[in-house]
Amino acid sequence: MDDILNRLARCVEYGKTDKAASYPPDMKGQDGADELAKQALEQGIKPDEILEKSLVLAMAAVGDRFTRKEIYVPQMLMAARAMNAAMKHLKPYFQSGETKRKGKFIVGTVAGDLHDIGKNLVAMMVEGGGWEVIDLGTDVSTEKFLKAIDENPGAVVGLSALLTTTMENMKKTVAAIREKHGAMQILVGGAPVTMDYCKKIGADFYSPDPQGAVNYLRQFGA
Amino acid sequence: MRTILIGTSSEVAIDTEGPVVIIGESINPTRRKKLVTTLQERDFAYVLELAESQIRAGADVLDVNVGFPGVDDESLLPEAVIAIQEKFDVPLCLDSPNPRAIEAALRVMKGKALINSVNGKEESLRTLLPIAKKYNAAIIGLCMDDDGITNEPEKRAAIAGKIIERAVSEGIAAGDVIVDPLAMAVGAEPQACLVTLETIRLVNQNFGNNITMGASNISFGLPGRESLNAAFISVSILYGLSCPIANPEKITGAIRATDLVLGRDDYAVRFVGHFQNQP
Repeated sequence: MDDILNRLARCVEYGKTDKAASYPPDMKGQDGADELAKQALEQGIKPDEILEKSLVLAMAAVGDRFTRKEIYVPQMLMAARAMNAAMKHLKPYFQSGETKRKGKFIVGTVAGDLHDIGKNLVAMMVEGGGWEVIDLGTDVSTEKFLKAIDENPGAVVGLSALLTTTMENMKKTVAAIREKHGAMQILVGGAPVTMDYCKKIGADFYSPDPQGAVNYLRQFGA
Repeated sequence: MRTILIGTSSEVAIDTEGPVVIIGESINPTRRKKLVTTLQERDFAYVLELAESQIRAGADVLDVNVGFPGVDDESLLPEAVIAIQEKFDVPLCLDSPNPRAIEAALRVMKGKALINSVNGKEESLRTLLPIAKKYNAAIIGLCMDDDGITNEPEKRAAIAGKIIERAVSEGIAAGDVIVDPLAMAVGAEPQACLVTLETIRLVNQNFGNNITMGASNISFGLPGRESLNAAFISVSILYGLSCPIANPEKITGAIRATDLVLGRDDYAVRFVGHFQNQP
């Protein structure tokens, strides 16, 4: 059992989506994340075990290597694609409620800002950390954030801003969320954002890299 | 097609036939956090330092962005512009999402500025085109509109066409619209640079306007950013890029080299001059 989960983790970490994928070259012709996740389920391994003992570990390794600048955005996205190929086999179990995830994470780029790469990296890392991710996209108004929070009680929310000029909207959205949902966990990130700014606007946590957000979230959720 | 920008006295001609004009990007708090602390105290020494080092490195025009959270840019942008124009003659590119800040700066500045930027959204066209006309400024027209950013070059070029048409109907010369085809990170989307290149080709072919872009975006999240930016800018110049917004301290060498390669630098005067002047 450990063997197949290790192999799956390796596929996710190095971005081997499926057997047909030509990347990475040294895994050419081998089963990828798609096939291995399917096989693991067929062998009777529980979905939460596949998630915890394979995907979560692989994505944490990816996040740590990104933080150390050993890999870059394209490798992260390849890993995400492989993770999605495996996750697609687990989704029916999540939807039926047979397998529970750690919690819900609502994420979006604030109003006026169309940058999505950083937000997408955080979304995929948090999903790879075992959370259900509700991605609201870019240029997300305060009202849209509030609506998503109403629809998903108990969720944690993450806000991204990539411009000094849109950080102001991050502040406004955080203030509006605080007013309605005092104790809610709010994470912020993006190139111009700092821990000082995070504290100043009343958010709970800032991380300069996606893995920092995943590590912080470990204390919350089921 | 030519776009003339004017500083406190001298002119800079941006010409689609080249040579390439460099718009220095460094006066921008998103890229330099030290700018925020100095600007908060209305201390312009660091702004002037950045202006000088960029001009020395080959910048012909300076982008001026003083946006950060909580800023009163309607007073700060004009103050920054006055401080720069007291010391330097280069034309300025006013970079703010706030039309009132842009107008406030235009009101006090000398010469002919470039507005960064107008886009295809109705509100942007309605607000900024009359301001550009009133103060005789050139504009950068960003290829996005009320539907956001498209990845289809034909649609991006069509937005450029719409901005040019609307500008002309407001009495602005077509040549005073410089098109920004949008440059997105190639690390996140393998086709991103090709979409930009094809947009440049279409805009150049269909409208013949000058073309700019924030070229440093494309290398986000990748190592070797200088090499990648230089390669992309070089190829883009061949397609019709005439005035990139970039960091001259990193990119001027590659740009002078591209002009030389394309036969726009007789006797390699500018190329040799650039490297002779480097410390």
